[in-house]
Amino acid sequence: MRVFQNANYKFLSMRRPAYFASAAIITIGLLSIVFRGGLRTGVEFTGGVLLEVQFSQTTDVGQIRDALTDGGTTGVQIQQLRTVGAETYDFLLRVPVGEEEDQNAIRDQIRASLETQYSAGSFEIARGDTLSAKVGDEFQRTAVIAVLLSFLLTLIYLAFRFEWRFGVAAVIATVHDMLITFGFISLFDIEINLATVAAILTIIGYSLNDTIVVFDRVRENLRKKRKEPYDATLNRSLNETLPRTVLTSGTTLIALFSLVVIGGAVIRPFAGVLIIGVLIGTYSSIFVASPVLLEIHDRARRRSAIAART
Amino acid sequence: MFGSVRWRLVWIAVLVTICGFALVPETIVDEVTGESERVWPLKLGLDLQGGMQLTVEIYDPEGALSGEDLDDAVDRTLTTIRNRIDEFGVREPTIQRSGNRIIIELAGVDNPEQAKRIATETAFMEFKIVTDGQDFMEALERIDRAIVNEVGIENLQVTTLETEPEVDLSDILGGAADSAAAEDAANEEEAVEGEDPAAGEDPATDSLATEEEAADAVDEATARPLSALLGQGRILGEYLVPQEDQPTAAAWLELEGVREALPRGVTLHWGVEQVGAGAGSYVPLYVLEAEPLITGDMLQDAGPANRDPTFNQPIVPFETTRRGSRVFERGTARNIGENMAIVLDDRVQSYAVIRSVLSRRAQIELTPGASFQEAQELALVLRAGALPMPIEVVEERNVSASLGEDSIRQGRTAFIIGIVGVIIVMMLYYRAAGILAVGALLTYVIFMLGGLAGLEATLTLPGIAGLILSIGMAVDANVLIFERVREELAAGKTPRTAVDAGFGNALSAIIDANLTTLITGIILFQFGTGAVQGFAVTLCIGILASFFSAIYVTRTLFIMYLNRRGSRESVSI
Repeated sequence: MRVFQNANYKFLSMRRPAYFASAAIITIGLLSIVFRGGLRTGVEFTGGVLLEVQFSQTTDVGQIRDALTDGGTTGVQIQQLRTVGAETYDFLLRVPVGEEEDQNAIRDQIRASLETQYSAGSFEIARGDTLSAKVGDEFQRTAVIAVLLSFLLTLIYLAFRFEWRFGVAAVIATVHDMLITFGFISLFDIEINLATVAAILTIIGYSLNDTIVVFDRVRENLRKKRKEPYDATLNRSLNETLPRTVLTSGTTLIALFSLVVIGGAVIRPFAGVLIIGVLIGTYSSIFVASPVLLEIHDRARRRSAIAART
Repeated sequence: MFGSVRWRLVWIAVLVTICGFALVPETIVDEVTGESERVWPLKLGLDLQGGMQLTVEIYDPEGALSGEDLDDAVDRTLTTIRNRIDEFGVREPTIQRSGNRIIIELAGVDNPEQAKRIATETAFMEFKIVTDGQDFMEALERIDRAIVNEVGIENLQVTTLETEPEVDLSDILGGAADSAAAEDAANEEEAVEGEDPAAGEDPATDSLATEEEAADAVDEATARPLSALLGQGRILGEYLVPQEDQPTAAAWLELEGVREALPRGVTLHWGVEQVGAGAGSYVPLYVLEAEPLITGDMLQDAGPANRDPTFNQPIVPFETTRRGSRVFERGTARNIGENMAIVLDDRVQSYAVIRSVLSRRAQIELTPGASFQEAQELALVLRAGALPMPIEVVEERNVSASLGEDSIRQGRTAFIIGIVGVIIVMMLYYRAAGILAVGALLTYVIFMLGGLAGLEATLTLPGIAGLILSIGMAVDANVLIFERVREELAAGKTPRTAVDAGFGNALSAIIDANLTTLITGIILFQFGTGAVQGFAVTLCIGILASFFSAIYVTRTLFIMYLNRRGSRESVSI
């Protein structure tokens, strides 16, 4: 079986509609972020309390909220987790804390309110994370450093392995992927926590991976034929690597979909972010990275042509 | 020799065998129940096996501590926490320092609140005088009656019946002079003295004053539950309780009526060390003066452990604060010749004879038989109690064991579905070559899991996600190679040259792609904590395993496949 064998799509002539599409998606995502007042950061980055409570009796978000309000705790985000075939009713409770608040006291207060409303044996706190605001700040800072450092090191590696213009194009494609991913995270209201940051870093790796495979082919083809126009070489390289691109993305997506369906409440957002990232990464290696490479090349040629005339 | 198919297969077989061995489940036999349990050798993170992780730091809102002081304070707190957790009896606790924080990981804790309280209480040290036990012995009858009243005689029958061996205990300890306990007693003997080591007073001698009472108690065992458990100690005011009965006795001593029956001015403290005597193991119980000689906040510093220049026995010097020295001087002047117990967190760590009046500087002299390590441990205990630091919990994570089991089950199912899905796609798409890729994928999984087990990496929930993600990406290298081979075949090359060219041309892309992902993995490992580090580890091991399986294993399988086909000029790809 084969797909896209001897394909000859004119990817590069589709680059202007692709730019438009990318710009539109990025704008929607950024608007969503602005509209929601920033990305929703989890308690790992703000400090606070995260509880996963399993009730053996049926209840709903409203009842839980009332119980907590009666007990004096407000500002709790409550989310029902849907677990297939489970015998319990699971809810996630999140409370961010400020610098002056004591996260442990809030946790104890929540537990006390739940015990008042529901009998003590009818629920279990299956997971309980409490983090001080200070630790949250530190996690946030290290996450930002990790993402930036990851960028920097890969850029250095690319500069070392390829010409500088390949590196620039690859980085622009990756930034494009991250902007879109952040937009989706905002649209789907996925919270930013350590696992999401790990997913974002993986996307950076994956997206670069895809782009590198294409660029590796471009470099090889440029060495072989000097007569062919630059854009034709690029387009041919894209088509030649297309089967690989589709197949690898496909197998990765199979693995990720099995995670989304079966992986459980904690893994689902993480796997969801990765799926978006893989799709965007595949798209960008074809419609963003190579076209940007062409733009850089054209601009450089025009400049040298002007320089030659004067 | 590395090129021939046979050698390639040998290398692969060796690696697969090593990884396979790392994955063989171990059988662990529980020493108490005799039940054997088969344990999967992968170390599971707390999010998978259930448990508690605490990150604590020294509570210092004004920032009074910095540099070396802070460093030292963290070290001392670490010692305190270690001592307590060891006492708490959790299986394989991890207590480590990370910067100026301390991370405590306790797997399978039934009572997280209690564990947390134990770990985070401020260390509290006191030096207290060991009484002669006379008041306590007189009060024993009252105490026994209080226990009978509160617990009820019918409940006690059972308990006392279980404590039959007490008769032996009295015998052994009564005749301590010629038993194993004698040696033990000699070894444990310590003395405190001032800077002048010449004060050569005799160490405290064992007294048998209470032997009579103890023996009496056995005769009336049913009526005198506590007395029946008490055996003669090595010094006055020390009693030995069989280890298996210690929890019962400790519970009795907490009873309201028992507290009231205790003589005034006296408190009871358990010791931390276990004393071996004959076949049994005993926990010492001390009767101490309630009023401490000095408390930890009056202790300036202690250690390092040293050796006495003339007699060469280990010594631990310590220093009191200016205020403490006055209190200490008055206290020791009144109690020369008495035993002074070092009590940390309500438990007696050690005791020593006061030989002279002590003030600012003093030293604890261990008996000649004591090891230098014992002295070092004692120095750490003293330092932990000196200037105790309040501890603040900055991060706490609890996961119940049942939730962990759910995660493992879901992860396993997702793993199997993911791998089966990828296998189906590869076989459909590449036919015979697809089967080779599947073979390589299976060796990849063995390398991956074997690598995790062999490096004793911890598998966390994001780690499982990383594992599943890497299955999809592991075939990438194979796909790159196969696509190349197809191209070369389409260009009219013979199968053998096409395969060679395919592997050769795909290599640079594979290396670049793997290295960039490896960079990300290493950064994640460096900056991540806990669960994210688990993800980074699986990602990095996965990249190395997939690289080897694609480049080496697939190629070997390909060569075998071509050899088998002989001269036929076609290849199924």
